[in-house]
Amino acid sequence: MSGNQLSNRMYYIAGFFILVALIYIGRLFYIQNIDDSYKEAADQNAFRRLTDYPPRGFVFDRNGKKLVVNEPSNDLMVIPIDVKGCDTMALCKILEIDKETFVKRILKAKYVNGPRKSSIFEKALTVEMYAKLQEKIFRFNGFFFQKRSVRLYPKKIAAHLLGYVGEVSKEKAKKDPYYNEGDYIGISGIERSYEEILRGQKGVRIVLVDVHNQEKEQYMGGKKDTAGISGIGIICTIDADLQEYGEKLMAGKKGSIVAIEPSTGEILCMVSSPTYDPNLTVGNKRGETFAKMYQDTLYNPLYNRATQATYPPGSIFKLIDALVGQNDGVLQVSTVYPCAHGYPPMGGKPACHGHPAANLTSSIQYSCNSYYSYVFRSIVDQRKYPKFKDGYQHWRDAVMSFGVGKKLNSDIPYERSGNVPSIKYYDKVFGLNGWRSNTIVSLGIGQAELLIAPVQMANVMCAIANKGYYYTPHTVRGTITGKPIDKKFSEKNYTIVQNDVYYNNVIEGMQKVVESGTAAASKIKDIVICGKTGTAQNPHGEDHAVFVAFAPRDNPKIAIACIVENAGFGGTWAAPISSLMIEKYIKGKISRPDMEKRMTEADLILGKNVPVVKPHL
Amino acid sequence: MRKDESKLFHNVDRWTIFIYILLVFMGWLNIYAAVYNEEHSNILDMSQKYGKQLLWIGGAAFLAVLILIIDAGFYTVFAYVFYGFLLLACIAVPFIGRPIKGSKSWFGFGGFGVQPAEFMKFATNLALAKFLSNVNLGDWKTSNFRLKLSSIIRNYKNVLITCAIIFIPALVIKQLQDETGLAIVFVAFIVVMFREGLSINFILIGFLAVALMVMALLLNNLYVFIGIAGVAVLWFLFSRKKVRNIVIICICTLASFALVWGTDYIYDHLEDHQKIRIDSYLGRSRADLKGVDFNVNQSKIAIGSGGFTGKGYLKGTQTKYNFVPEQDTDFIFCTVGEEWGFLGSAFVILLQLSLMIRLLFLSERQRSPFSRIYGYGVASILFFHLTVNIGMTIGMMPVIGIPLPFFSYGGSSLWSFTILLFIFIKLDSQRLLILR
Repeated sequence: MSGNQLSNRMYYIAGFFILVALIYIGRLFYIQNIDDSYKEAADQNAFRRLTDYPPRGFVFDRNGKKLVVNEPSNDLMVIPIDVKGCDTMALCKILEIDKETFVKRILKAKYVNGPRKSSIFEKALTVEMYAKLQEKIFRFNGFFFQKRSVRLYPKKIAAHLLGYVGEVSKEKAKKDPYYNEGDYIGISGIERSYEEILRGQKGVRIVLVDVHNQEKEQYMGGKKDTAGISGIGIICTIDADLQEYGEKLMAGKKGSIVAIEPSTGEILCMVSSPTYDPNLTVGNKRGETFAKMYQDTLYNPLYNRATQATYPPGSIFKLIDALVGQNDGVLQVSTVYPCAHGYPPMGGKPACHGHPAANLTSSIQYSCNSYYSYVFRSIVDQRKYPKFKDGYQHWRDAVMSFGVGKKLNSDIPYERSGNVPSIKYYDKVFGLNGWRSNTIVSLGIGQAELLIAPVQMANVMCAIANKGYYYTPHTVRGTITGKPIDKKFSEKNYTIVQNDVYYNNVIEGMQKVVESGTAAASKIKDIVICGKTGTAQNPHGEDHAVFVAFAPRDNPKIAIACIVENAGFGGTWAAPISSLMIEKYIKGKISRPDMEKRMTEADLILGKNVPVVKPHL
Repeated sequence: MRKDESKLFHNVDRWTIFIYILLVFMGWLNIYAAVYNEEHSNILDMSQKYGKQLLWIGGAAFLAVLILIIDAGFYTVFAYVFYGFLLLACIAVPFIGRPIKGSKSWFGFGGFGVQPAEFMKFATNLALAKFLSNVNLGDWKTSNFRLKLSSIIRNYKNVLITCAIIFIPALVIKQLQDETGLAIVFVAFIVVMFREGLSINFILIGFLAVALMVMALLLNNLYVFIGIAGVAVLWFLFSRKKVRNIVIICICTLASFALVWGTDYIYDHLEDHQKIRIDSYLGRSRADLKGVDFNVNQSKIAIGSGGFTGKGYLKGTQTKYNFVPEQDTDFIFCTVGEEWGFLGSAFVILLQLSLMIRLLFLSERQRSPFSRIYGYGVASILFFHLTVNIGMTIGMMPVIGIPLPFFSYGGSSLWSFTILLFIFIKLDSQRLLILR
């Protein structure tokens, strides 16, 4: 080979150099301009988006007493992919967990939120833990603090009504761009219904961190940061003292008390018993507490009986029958129906107890079953409706206009509608021609398939107290800044019965119930209470005691419904408790301490301190 | 005429010096960016690496001037002396040197350390140029092939000596100092041998051997053996049935078997961290982003996040907050990639490329083979560093610790590249005087 030929090899060599350089430039073009994953990864490395969680709005009662306030707290957050070279042992020691738990939590964080996103590692650190961690946080790669404020309930009451705050669900976080996984959200009660007012507006602070996870500077000098806006306080309609008193009375009993101000529809108290201290829903023991409450089948404290439990209303339903009957012209004040310890046409069923012969007023006073079986059939079978099914439809519509058997659309989440059976339902059960008015006559006395929630019972009392209309019950008056509540809460809902005379006739009977009827033991000297006892049949055990009332008769201030489960007849437990509540609300003090003591101390769930009372029929 | 020739910069190639200065300056700016923190923002702070690098640069300038003052004849005459002296130093350093960060390749002088292995590059290049300037590696013929040891030695004597000159220092550096990065660079001299007549077959055989080794690691050995046997049978069927051909086929087949088996044997006897590195490069490892892949991954993130125009000088988040390890030395290219973007990094590659092409061009215009061979050596070494270093930062080469010429922080490497380059500039400046 000659030298000249060899010098040609320069071109091969130069070509090879150029080829490699071009390949590298091509590769650079790809990773720098086409593949975006590196940019994301770089942001993931160096950017921390710290959310500035504003404090949630406070909740006040109708008199301005604090029901829910805030307390500062720190969560320990983790970004799993950054946990390398972390002093695990020291961290475990401070948090008082073992290595296994540590690994489990990291895995869970990876699984739930992904390895590159921040997850809560330890919620609501104690002051002591926070202090220790703060000193050493630079050694715990991948961990950082998230400031939050947590709820504090100074009065420890109204757990069901106020609801609680918890981590937002994965689905919700995906659907609603406002929430990121790990954020808190109102889960039940007022916290849920008024979430958007209470939560405020989150802020974001973007900082740059170095490889040791230490904050170095603000991104663009803080220009892209947004400050959080505090949540707005809410004034709710309940009376803290009344609520507290109601919970005291209901202690040791299953059931609920709902009181509503008839002139506004504002819920004055909503007791569901057994209840729990709402402060248990906060803090790092929260998970345990909730698990325990979920599993507690005896007390079932998370169950809001005031809105979610539905009962056959029993005798209190007779009031509606009486109003509808008068309105249809099939019942007069003077109407007298026979009672032979039961409803004669059906061979004494439904059964009744012994009482003097009854007209409209005394039928209410003595709660005559026979009387209302007649009234029910006279409504359903009236001549206006040749087909009895049309008559039944008419009765159903009339009854439902009192706000039963349908959702009230209040601001309480998870409301149940209850049930007034439809024609379709009976056609299915008995066959198209298999039923008549006498088949379903027990509807007239509030039994059979009828189901009503306590809040609906109290609402019926409002409708009667207002003589023909009710406001949709609600738990919130407005914000502290004076923003009014939903307009629908100031609109009247009219019942089908619009004649004061009919109402007065019924109210007269209700007054007698307390003065000398089935709830005579519960009368108060200076307050005219109009009420009605009831017994909700319970196929699973002892019947439930029901009492509904409003007071005073003129210009009513409070309408109330009280259910005590498995307590038998309404006059024994439900009526005294209601009357104590009425007295407490109207007078502010109790004139019958022995009754109060008897009611407070009795534990019907465990069967302790239950006085032997003679049945008051 | 005489007056001009005595001038320091008479006849030196200004383009080469210009590119050199540009690269060194850009390197220094990027070291400043890589080490930058707000507490020490003075670019002349001598307690920081960019301050020290300035000292190294000053030293390099001094060396460059010194080299240009000395007559080019000095380098040709003393080529073997340099080689012998530095080889001795390389052998001695593990025993009498000062360990720095566990490495046995450093001599300590006061507060500074020097790696003789870095300077072995130019010494080897000189020795190689000296030896090859009198021989032609391409003057053997296949037809002369005899199956006699003496004829093999006679035919391949020059190739063998050349290989010895190149690979003895490499072996010393690898075995005694355990500096893979410094040793592997000597492979670059194959380019020089190619230019000086080494048959292309050797290079093809080399590639084939590497391919076999990779297959040995990636595939089941049985399949590789079957494949080799299959190729051997085909070769046999399509070649003339002469004894000589059959012997060659047998030798090749056996050598291939030995290579495959040997590769596996060596792999099995490697230490775990070396295995993991090899696995990682072959794409066999589990994506373990905490171990070996961590550096490369972070490096790719830094470069990839630079985008088209980069984030701006001193604004690279990955650079500033130390997400890439060794970012002032072996991974300095990340800083370029992140802060100057595609434009900047492509510019650096093109600049380095233009230097190499310029060197090739200058080499070809030399009258003396010594200067030409030396020039090719310089270009090849620069090319090898560039290829491996940048290839490693963008995930196309295994992680081997070798610096980016003129960019990476460090006195030894900067000085060694400077000496390497300026000896050639001096040789080139006197190309018209004598035929060496």
